[in-house]
Amino acid sequence: MSETAPQPKTAASNPPVQPIASNLLPSDVVRISATKDVPQPTRQLEKVAKLIDVSKCIGCKACQSACIEWNDTKPEVETNVGVYENPHDLTPNMFTLMRFTEWVNPETDNLEWLIRKDGCMHCEDPGCLKACPAPGAIVQYSNGIVDFIHENCIGCGYCVTGCPFDIPRISKVDHKSYKCTLCSDRVAVGQGPACAKACPTQAIVFGTKEDMIAHANERVEDLKSRGYENAGIYDPAGVGGTHVFYVLHHADKPSIYDKLPENPRISPVVEGWKGVTKTAGLAVMGVAAVGAAIHGIFARANKVDEHEEKEAEKLVVSGGSDDRGSV
Amino acid sequence: MPRPLYSEPGDRIESTRPVTVSRYRGFIRANHWITALSLILLLVSGLAFFHPSLYFLTGLFGGGQTARWLHPIIGVVLFVSFMVMFIQLWRLNLPTPDDRKWLNQIGDVVKGNEENLPELGKYNAGQKFIFWGMTLLIVVLIVSGIMIWEQFFGELVSIPTRRWAVLTHALAAVAIILVFILHVYAAFWTRGTLRAMTRGTVTGGWAYRHHRKWLRELAGRRQNGPAE
Ligand code: HEM
Ligand code: SF4
Ligand code: SF4
Ligand code: SF4
Repeated sequence: MSETAPQPKTAASNPPVQPIASNLLPSDVVRISATKDVPQPTRQLEKVAKLIDVSKCIGCKACQSACIEWNDTKPEVETNVGVYENPHDLTPNMFTLMRFTEWVNPETDNLEWLIRKDGCMHCEDPGCLKACPAPGAIVQYSNGIVDFIHENCIGCGYCVTGCPFDIPRISKVDHKSYKCTLCSDRVAVGQGPACAKACPTQAIVFGTKEDMIAHANERVEDLKSRGYENAGIYDPAGVGGTHVFYVLHHADKPSIYDKLPENPRISPVVEGWKGVTKTAGLAVMGVAAVGAAIHGIFARANKVDEHEEKEAEKLVVSGGSDDRGSV
Repeated sequence: MPRPLYSEPGDRIESTRPVTVSRYRGFIRANHWITALSLILLLVSGLAFFHPSLYFLTGLFGGGQTARWLHPIIGVVLFVSFMVMFIQLWRLNLPTPDDRKWLNQIGDVVKGNEENLPELGKYNAGQKFIFWGMTLLIVVLIVSGIMIWEQFFGELVSIPTRRWAVLTHALAAVAIILVFILHVYAAFWTRGTLRAMTRGTVTGGWAYRHHRKWLRELAGRRQNGPAE
């Protein structure tokens, strides 16, 4: 290990032949699940992003294959049920999935084949991380990558509950949660994600977020000049922007792309659950437990006296009747 | 024989000098302790997921993964054992007019001035509150718990429903822990109560002081009932 890897600016370059040291370190973590006051890193990595230009995708699934190959996952072979999605959903072994929609544009009456590459969006404000109860099972690096650290994962599925995009999947084999890593292990050594590298049409490109936004703006201009007047960027502000984002030709209707959420954000139910419920709940339980213990030790107990024992004997002997009545 | 009004058919005066009264037989006592143990294990494992500052409690179960799969299974044990207890206890926990008087005089209850209170059957309104509170909360917990049980029911409900379920589960857990604290506190503060669930009997004085209608009925039954 001689040299430290540079921060990657593209997925196109080839790796150097000499060994190279990782440049995405535990000290670059800005958020850790179930951990407050994370010591902030001394350096800020350049924010990265993967841009998916839906208008350029031909649905070849080279990206899926590259993902499987790089991550060494083995998605189950499923049965063809007459749709293009393969597998039929994201799984613990399939971190990205091409979703196909046949949509009739009401304005032109044309059938449009919409293909969207689904997978983790690497939210700036990740709902998965907010929901996770296991310290260190989810981390966010200063370059924006949200990564699952499997040895700390307990398989509770709270990340599923927290994610606004329905991304994490819990393995039935090892009971740990899986999703796209944005190829953090490749980024660490100066490489872009495997999918971006494999894409034959450059529908997927990778680089700094700034460069990707600039590129996306060019793409939007181009699409507009060719009649897609609603072309635009999908980089939802509700989750603070994302590090995987789209160029859509119909950015005014994200939901036509297989239910891409219109205004994704961490659900208020999740915020309430992880917020006030926890602080207030812990406080009342604590006060009740301590209060009961102190009161139990110091307060006058409710004791039975000798007189009552005698009265009981009388009552029993008399068969349940006394001057106060009988049953 | 018609069902007694204030006691279970099995409750009886065991001895007269001094008076001891059988309140719970062996089966219900054993089952009660299964319920209690399950509840304690559930609250310890559940609190570990509830707040990061309590996550260390997973260590008692051998780690987060084990606590995660064990918690809902103990939940099912709790549910079944509580339901058995419910079937045995619900009748005498139905509200009666005396409960209202008792509640109106809650000040005397807290001060321990029981001579001012109405005579009561086997349970007072506080005990009934705990019984019905536990019943309701355990039902809420099992229903919401199954909805968030990733391992076996991950596909059962939609994700938005699951968010409500986990919130409900957390709130119900806080509530049942409060009821549990009240229950343990009351059993301890009212001296002579714990032995009802350990040895199964209480003293005559205890029954006379806290549940006199219950004692009267048992005394009447002892005198008039069929010889054993
Ligand atoms: C009655 C059946 C119950 C079932 C089926 C059940 C199931 C679950 C499940 C599936 C979870 C998610 C973590 C995991 O997968 O282990 C959970 C969390 C939890 N459970 Fe239960 N549970 C039950 C009863 C209880 C009871 C009686 C308590 C309290 C005494 C309790 C307290 C909690 C708490 C505090 C959490 C964490 C909630 C949070 O993270 O906000 N549960 N339960
Ligand atoms: S399944 Fe794993 S990553 Fe997801 S919330 Fe639970 S512990 Fe965290
Ligand atoms: S898309 Fe879901 S899994 Fe990915 S970072 Fe956002 S909240 Fe987490
Ligand atoms: S590799 Fe590129 S063109 Fe092929 S399916 Fe993936 S995003 Fe589309």
